[in-house]
Amino acid sequence: MADSAPTDILEMRGITKTFPGVKALQDVNLTVRRGEIHAICGENGAGKSTLMKVLSGVYPFGTYDGDIVLDGENAQFGNINDSEARGVVIIHQELALVPYLSIAENIFLGNERRRLGGAIDWNRTNAEAAVLLERVGLKESPTTLVSALGVGKQQLLEIAKAISKDVRLLILDEPTAALNDNDSEHLLDLLRQFKSQGITSIMISHKLAEIAEIADRTTIIRDGQSIETFDMAEAGGSSEAIQNRIIRGMVGRDLDNRYPDRESHPGEEVLRVEDWTVYHPTQPGRVIVEGANLNVRAGEVVGIAGLMGAGRTELAMSLFGRSYGRDISGTAYVHGEEVDVHSVPEAIKAGIAYVSEDRKQYGLNLIEDIRRNISAAGLGKLSKHGFVNENEELKVAGEYRESMNIRTPNVLVEVGKLSGGNQQKVVLSKWLYTAPEVLILDEPTRGIDVGAKYEIYTIINKLVASGKAVLVISSELPELLGICDRIYTLAFGRITGEVDVASATQEGLMALMTQETAQETKA
Amino acid sequence: MTGIANIRELFTRNIRTSGIYIAFVLIVALFSVLTNGLLLSDRNLTTLVLQFSYILILAIGMVIIIIGGHIDLSVGSVVALTGAVAAVLVIRNGMPWWVGVLAAIGTGLLVGAWQGFWVAYVGIPAFIVTLAGMLLFRGLTLEVLNNVSLSPFPAEYSSIATGFVPALLGGYGYDTFTLVIFAIGVLGFAYNSWRNRRARIAYKQTVEAPVLFVLKLVVIASVVMWFAYKLATYRGLPAVLIILAVLVMAYTLVTKHSVFGRHVYAIGGNLAAAQLSGVRVRRVNFWMFVNMGFLASIAGIVFSARSSAAQPAAGNMFELDAIAACFIGGAAVTGGIGTVTGAMVGGLIMAVMSNGMSLMGIDQSTQQIVKGIVLLLAVAFDVWNKKRAAAAR
Repeated sequence: MADSAPTDILEMRGITKTFPGVKALQDVNLTVRRGEIHAICGENGAGKSTLMKVLSGVYPFGTYDGDIVLDGENAQFGNINDSEARGVVIIHQELALVPYLSIAENIFLGNERRRLGGAIDWNRTNAEAAVLLERVGLKESPTTLVSALGVGKQQLLEIAKAISKDVRLLILDEPTAALNDNDSEHLLDLLRQFKSQGITSIMISHKLAEIAEIADRTTIIRDGQSIETFDMAEAGGSSEAIQNRIIRGMVGRDLDNRYPDRESHPGEEVLRVEDWTVYHPTQPGRVIVEGANLNVRAGEVVGIAGLMGAGRTELAMSLFGRSYGRDISGTAYVHGEEVDVHSVPEAIKAGIAYVSEDRKQYGLNLIEDIRRNISAAGLGKLSKHGFVNENEELKVAGEYRESMNIRTPNVLVEVGKLSGGNQQKVVLSKWLYTAPEVLILDEPTRGIDVGAKYEIYTIINKLVASGKAVLVISSELPELLGICDRIYTLAFGRITGEVDVASATQEGLMALMTQETAQETKA
Repeated sequence: MTGIANIRELFTRNIRTSGIYIAFVLIVALFSVLTNGLLLSDRNLTTLVLQFSYILILAIGMVIIIIGGHIDLSVGSVVALTGAVAAVLVIRNGMPWWVGVLAAIGTGLLVGAWQGFWVAYVGIPAFIVTLAGMLLFRGLTLEVLNNVSLSPFPAEYSSIATGFVPALLGGYGYDTFTLVIFAIGVLGFAYNSWRNRRARIAYKQTVEAPVLFVLKLVVIASVVMWFAYKLATYRGLPAVLIILAVLVMAYTLVTKHSVFGRHVYAIGGNLAAAQLSGVRVRRVNFWMFVNMGFLASIAGIVFSARSSAAQPAAGNMFELDAIAACFIGGAAVTGGIGTVTGAMVGGLIMAVMSNGMSLMGIDQSTQQIVKGIVLLLAVAFDVWNKKRAAAAR
């Protein structure tokens, strides 16, 4: 605790941000004291990143409601340059470095050290870069190419870039998500060091242990609203107690009737995965999924709960025709028989379907109509001698439009023009037409409204009632608790628990999802 | 929203596809006036068909490549190489004409497989692979020909491009056979349109008003029959036109109705989604290029037959004409959009412009400038149209 009376460096008051159809932030308040490390916690999609984008001018003044007061002055940022001029610098989760430029060039990109006349002053550039590297403890030559650096060092470089701009308020969005323990520890040390130099930090993180260790205060955001801000010192003392306090804040909402009822009659095992290990596609040696074992039975909805970066999507996509990762090992069985899932067509043939979390990028051809999107994965069933039976195709598409309740005048509407909920129903139709045994649904209700969510849940219920097995990946714990029979928790690439939904609580799941096991330190 | 679309709706909704036909009609009208009707004379129309057939053949393959999200810069060189291979066998070694044809097609397939391998299985962008191919196959052409032209081809070979179908039904100052063939084509088209219309109605889709539907058929039928009459009064049905018609029909079928065609559109529209839907992307990419090689060899045969020679510089810049035809014909630079018919109309626009300007005695330099500007405007229109559609959403 500082001796002098704490003055606020930042106050965000009544921030409301709406995207077409969605209220991302609603009346959010955030007060950050000078010189503190302030953590922001919340589930995926709660609005944390949106809030930080408002603060840093990514969403310019005028596109949101509410006030930002920086150092007692009203701030109206039109873009990132405006906020950086006032010493507010954001480091995004996705690193924004140019791989084939040197460290020094990256640090001063857009902010080049120039001589009179405009030519770049390379001596000054490299000398100043060296000083900044020293400050962040990165032992590399300023002329090294960024492509030669690992993720940890790249993260440090981002910070060096930030402090080159005379940062006073540093915003870090999941800075340690991609780092191993050593790198994370180093980064946290650096933040402490900055604190002693008077730099204020805002940090978004899912690693609760880290927050408990480093943050002075924490603000909880849930469903686009700021729930509370509390002092870590008053939250209980032990790391454990603090983490529990945060978890309670993050999930503390009641389950109302947002999930259709379903009677569960699990049958025989449909999908079994044994000892599934996946490595990162471009960073050799980085394990993304480690030794995962799981099974799903007929008529059963099984959930996979995990935070961003836990390896949920990677697990699913590697299983679906090795669409992610390299050096994949492990065995998959469908109905007790080992299946070959080396390519997507083989995975489909084995009876596996995967509905991606990003339907626009991985699920749909947006410039094509509903009919052809629905038939895209099952053209083999619709064709003879290599030619498509288009009457049949129209009929099939029409049937799915009816049964899935896709709300359009006909099936010749371009998919890009549909709402998120209807798009999701088109993707589901596409996969149902392949007559899969097991469906893997990755964030099936992301970005769609509450009504459409209910419809998707109803469809899932119908599927399992007809004897299919469904594996659901979701960041929303209430959703998993509402629709699943069983839930696996995934943390840092490992399955850390298997919980029957009857005995599961959000707090219990969250604790498993944030559990870092001893093995982690090996990385 | 079942019902009948009015004319205005028809045009505004399908401005992307209908715009090109309107532009074509306007350009034909413009040059008819500027050339005092010379453009539409029976002799000139026949020349036009013979002279631009190989560009149209190339454009068929090119539009498939472009829909798939690639490009092929090598087709001009492949036209030269396939013609050269045929010439060496037929002219220099005195083999029968059909050996030359088969060897040319074989060469085209090999070239396509070579380029398809690098694009699909090694993952090198088609722009680079075919740029290399452009140099490589031009060099091979020089090698094969020892850097000299070979001519003339025997009459059987030349007749592929310059021959006319004999007047089977006798002549009365015009060739009846030509008219009958075209009449059958028109009736087939009308029947097909009527069936499609009925299917659409049965499926409760919007169709144009009956009057409009009949009017459209009558206009198309009159234009086609008038064209047939023009051909018939000159020398009858050119053999090339039959080759072209067969190719256009076959590839319209392939692009619109085959699984392969669907996969091409899927890859161009969203590569990642296609892959995750079980499309064997590499295989499809490979066959796209093999097919391009095949069509380039057909174009090479037609071109060498027409000039009755194989020249080292044959086919120079053909790739650019073929690419321009696709983009003028509504293909999207980003892939996923385009049609064979569109590419054909795009090619005809280029053909009418070149031919019309030549008839007017306008020199090559001006022609190039005009063609360049037309290409630019066509794509600008496409971009503008897309923005408009996005804004209306």
